[in-house]
Amino acid sequence: MKTLFAGMTVAAVLCAGAATAQERGPFAMQIDARQGIMAYRALQLGVLGGMAKGEVEYNAEAAQKAADNLLAAVTIDASMLWPKGSDHDADPSSEALAAIWAEGSDIGAKATAMSEAAVAMQAAAGKDLESLKTAMGTVGAACSGCHKAFRLPQN
Amino acid sequence: MRRFLAALLVLAVVALGLFWFVTRPAPLPADALDGLTPDLAKGEQVFWAGGCAACHAAAEARGEAKLVLAGGQRFPSPFGTFVAPNISNDPAAGIGGWSALDLANAMLRGVSPRGEHYYPVFPYASYTMAALQDIVDLRAYLATLPADATPSAPHEVGFPFSIRRSLGAWKALYLDPAWVVSGELTPAEARGRYLAEALGHCGECHTPRGPFGGMERARWLAGGPVPGGKGNFPNITPAKLTWSERDIVEYLTSGFTPEFDSAGGHMALVVENTAHLPESDRAAIAAYLKRVAPVE
Repeated sequence: MKTLFAGMTVAAVLCAGAATAQERGPFAMQIDARQGIMAYRALQLGVLGGMAKGEVEYNAEAAQKAADNLLAAVTIDASMLWPKGSDHDADPSSEALAAIWAEGSDIGAKATAMSEAAVAMQAAAGKDLESLKTAMGTVGAACSGCHKAFRLPQN
Repeated sequence: MRRFLAALLVLAVVALGLFWFVTRPAPLPADALDGLTPDLAKGEQVFWAGGCAACHAAAEARGEAKLVLAGGQRFPSPFGTFVAPNISNDPAAGIGGWSALDLANAMLRGVSPRGEHYYPVFPYASYTMAALQDIVDLRAYLATLPADATPSAPHEVGFPFSIRRSLGAWKALYLDPAWVVSGELTPAEARGRYLAEALGHCGECHTPRGPFGGMERARWLAGGPVPGGKGNFPNITPAKLTWSERDIVEYLTSGFTPEFDSAGGHMALVVENTAHLPESDRAAIAAYLKRVAPVE
């Protein structure tokens, strides 16, 4: 009985999930996944930024760990999470603009800038606070480089 | 019947005269800048505080390219699409031949050197509160920037908005040279008000607009839909923007929110400007934002 109940619950959850996916269009999972990766990067940046802002005392070990994590999250192959058409028009829960896939889009160059910034951060974070602060500026520029061109104007 | 027609004619002439009077361009007096001498270093600060490059440089420009003010960025609106003009130092294509008074008339009164009204997409409704000394300084700084010979593209605006004279009526309705936040302010809050309400023209995006495109001052900085586009400009009154002053300063420096999300869209360009200001100015803007009336 207990198994049956659990099975029913799982089935119900799956159905609800499928319904949501349908309302949100065919790219719901890709969008959720890439937003998850963005949130993960933001969490690592929270550790580094808290030190850069002086809200948290600088700790080389914690900074290095966050920078390693950031680089890992930036390096992960997320290309399959950005299928053409998975923009705000297809699913309002995404803030991505169709310009990402437009002719002449320099999204690739911008992604490279992000990787380079994350590499620089990994080299800097464990060194000292000043290096961390400088790298933070580069990472910030790389984030907004993409958000400026390819994200809805909220925020 | 003839009498009636005559009366009608008189009435029409009076109405036309009234329209002519109300909509006439109102430049500054010719001696408005007398005795003011330019300070180049301060002019550069005015340039970043005023956000000139955010609209007049190419949207993708970085570094030195941000100083090439050749125009070309497009601004869709319910009234048509406006195209940022060339304000580089080129004497023909840009504003290289302008006097400081020409610049002051453009920024404070929305009037071109030829005496025509500018469209309020050029934020003179905010710049109108700018200090004349700042305009003189800015004029000197702009003269040091590169010249670019790209001609300005025409605005794509349909009738009746294509009749510039009618903008005089818009100005009569909306060009209000007064601070929005009033009352006793600390020096930092007052500086922040100057930067946010005048030079930084924050209200141009963050304040919702009425049917004729004027800022609704009763809902100052309360946000609203992006005109002619997707998404919303966020409400940055204390009702919604609950960040600490320190968080606001960080955002205006690096573009990072307290959650380490980062500024997107046109706001990323704004942050590229505010990042050039002294930290005390960013702190002043933060202090000012805390004094804005909360609007849900």
